Amino acid sequence: MIRIPCPFCGMRDHTEFSYEGDATVEYPPLDASMDDWYEAVFLRDNPRGPHREYWRHLYGCGSFLEVERNTVTHEIGDVKLAHPGMRETVK
Amino acid sequence: MGRYNAFNVFWQGLTGNKGWERAWRDPDPKVKYEVIIIGGGGHGLATAYYLAKNHGIRRVAVLEKGWIGGGNSGRNTTIVRSNYMMPGNNEFYEHSLKLWENMSHELNYNVMFSQRAHVSLVFSPGHRDAGARRYNLMRTNGIDGEYWDLKRLKKEIPYLNYSDDARFRIEGAFVQPRAGTARHDAVNWGYARGADQLGVDIIQNCEVLDFVHREGRIAGVVTNRGEISADKIGLAVAGSTSTLAPKAGLGKLPIETHKLQAFVSEPIKPLINHVIVYGYGHGHYYISQSDKGGLVFGGDLDMYNSYAQKGNLPIYQDVMGCTMNILPMAGRIKVLRQWAGIMDMSMDGSPFITRTDVPGLYLNAGWCYGGFKAIPGSGWCFAHTIAKDEPHEANRRLTLDRYKRGFHIDETGGGPVPKHH
Repeated sequence: MIRIPCPFCGMRDHTEFSYEGDATVEYPPLDASMDDWYEAVFLRDNPRGPHREYWRHLYGCGSFLEVERNTVTHEIGDVKLAHPGMRETVK
Repeated sequence: MGRYNAFNVFWQGLTGNKGWERAWRDPDPKVKYEVIIIGGGGHGLATAYYLAKNHGIRRVAVLEKGWIGGGNSGRNTTIVRSNYMMPGNNEFYEHSLKLWENMSHELNYNVMFSQRAHVSLVFSPGHRDAGARRYNLMRTNGIDGEYWDLKRLKKEIPYLNYSDDARFRIEGAFVQPRAGTARHDAVNWGYARGADQLGVDIIQNCEVLDFVHREGRIAGVVTNRGEISADKIGLAVAGSTSTLAPKAGLGKLPIETHKLQAFVSEPIKPLINHVIVYGYGHGHYYISQSDKGGLVFGGDLDMYNSYAQKGNLPIYQDVMGCTMNILPMAGRIKVLRQWAGIMDMSMDGSPFITRTDVPGLYLNAGWCYGGFKAIPGSGWCFAHTIAKDEPHEANRRLTLDRYKRGFHIDETGGGPVPKHH
C-alpha cells in the first residue's frame, strides 16, 4: 500500500485516491499548433525515478493533489494541492 | 547441436542423460554486427530468429541485461488469442496466431501450445452487444469466433458460479476456439536455440548504457561489456523503452510504464480446460490452468506509473475477489506465487513495430497487457521491417505517427490514457 498525506484529510491509503497521470504536462492554448497539442496529449517523459503526478482524493475530500512519487521505490515526496490558488488557502 | 526427437529422449534416458549439450552458446560480444537487437525477451529472440531464417541476416546479436526471458516473457499469464476488431490489430494478431499454430514444429521445440479456447463471459445484454460487435467484426476478417449461450456454456464449463446470488450473473460467453495457452519459458528457449543455431549471438548480462551515433545514423551501443558497432539496431525492451529511447535520440514516446501482476496457485488436479476471462465494466479478469496444475490468473494494472517489478496488495485483493465471483470453490486453494512485470502501456492500447526518425534505429514497443501472444508475429514483422527498411503487411499500421495523423488503434475506446487500455 502506498500512503499519501492529503493536506485536508491526513495520511490515507492510495486506494482512496484515483491516479490522474503526469503533472508535468502543460496544455497549450486552444489555438496552438497541432504539434504542440500532439505533444501534450500523447507524449510522456515516463521517468524511472521521481515523477510528478496527479492523484485525486476520490473517496475523501475530492481534491486533486500534485504528488512527487518515485516510480521505482514508490516513495512519496512532496504533496500539495494541484490548484495553485488553493495552495495558498490550505497550509 | 542436434535436433530433439523421441529417440533422443529415450536414448538419453537409458544413458543417464549425460549426452545433452547446452541449447545455445554463451559467446562474448564481437566488435561489430549487422544488426543488434536490444532486449532478450520473446520479441527480441523471435526477431533475431526471423532475421536469420527469413532474411539471411546472420551477423546478429541479442543483448540482454539480465537473463533471457527474465522480464515480461517470464512473467505473463501465457494467453494466446487474436480476438481483435480494429484494422491494424486484427491482421497483426491473426498473423501471430497462425505462427503459434506451427511454432513447435518450426523450432523443433515443444512450446506446449494448447488451443483450448478463450471464453469471454457475458453478464448483461449490453455486455453481449459489445461482444457481438467485436466477434462479428472478427468473423468478417476471417478470424474464428462464436457465441455460447447459457445451455452450451453450462455443458462445456459446468463448474462456474451460475447461481442467482452471484455478483454478476453469467448469461453466456463469446469464444475464440483457436485461442489458448503456451509454455512461456519454452517459447523463449525455443527461439533462443533456433536463433543460435542460425548463427545469432545471444549475449546475456550485457546492459546497454548508451548509443553511438555517426553521421546522423545510429552506429552502435556502449554496454557494460564494451562498445559494439552495428549497422542497424532494434529496440525491444518493453517497459524500459522510455529509459533507453532518449539516449538513442528518439525523445518522448506515447508510452507510460505500468505494472501488472499475475498469480499462480498451488497445483491441483485438472479443472480448468479453457482460458476463462471477463471484462468490460465488470472487473477485469483472466484464468487458466497450467500443465503443472497451477491456476494462473490476473486482472487489472496497479493503475499508476511504476518501474517496480513488484505488486501491491489492493490489486491482489481485487483479483482474488474476481476469482471468487466466478469460481467460489477456489477460495480454499492456496496462492503459491505472485509477481509483477512492467508494461509499456501505449496511448491507444496498441503496439508499434516501426522505423524511427533516427536512421538505422527501429522500435518495437507499446505492447500493453498483450505482448506474449504477439511474440512470433512481432518477431516476424520486426525482422521484416529491419531487413527491408519498410513494414510488413501485418504491421504497416503499427506506426508511431498514427497518433499525430488521428489513426489511433483504440480497441476499448479508452482515449489517450494508458491505464484505460
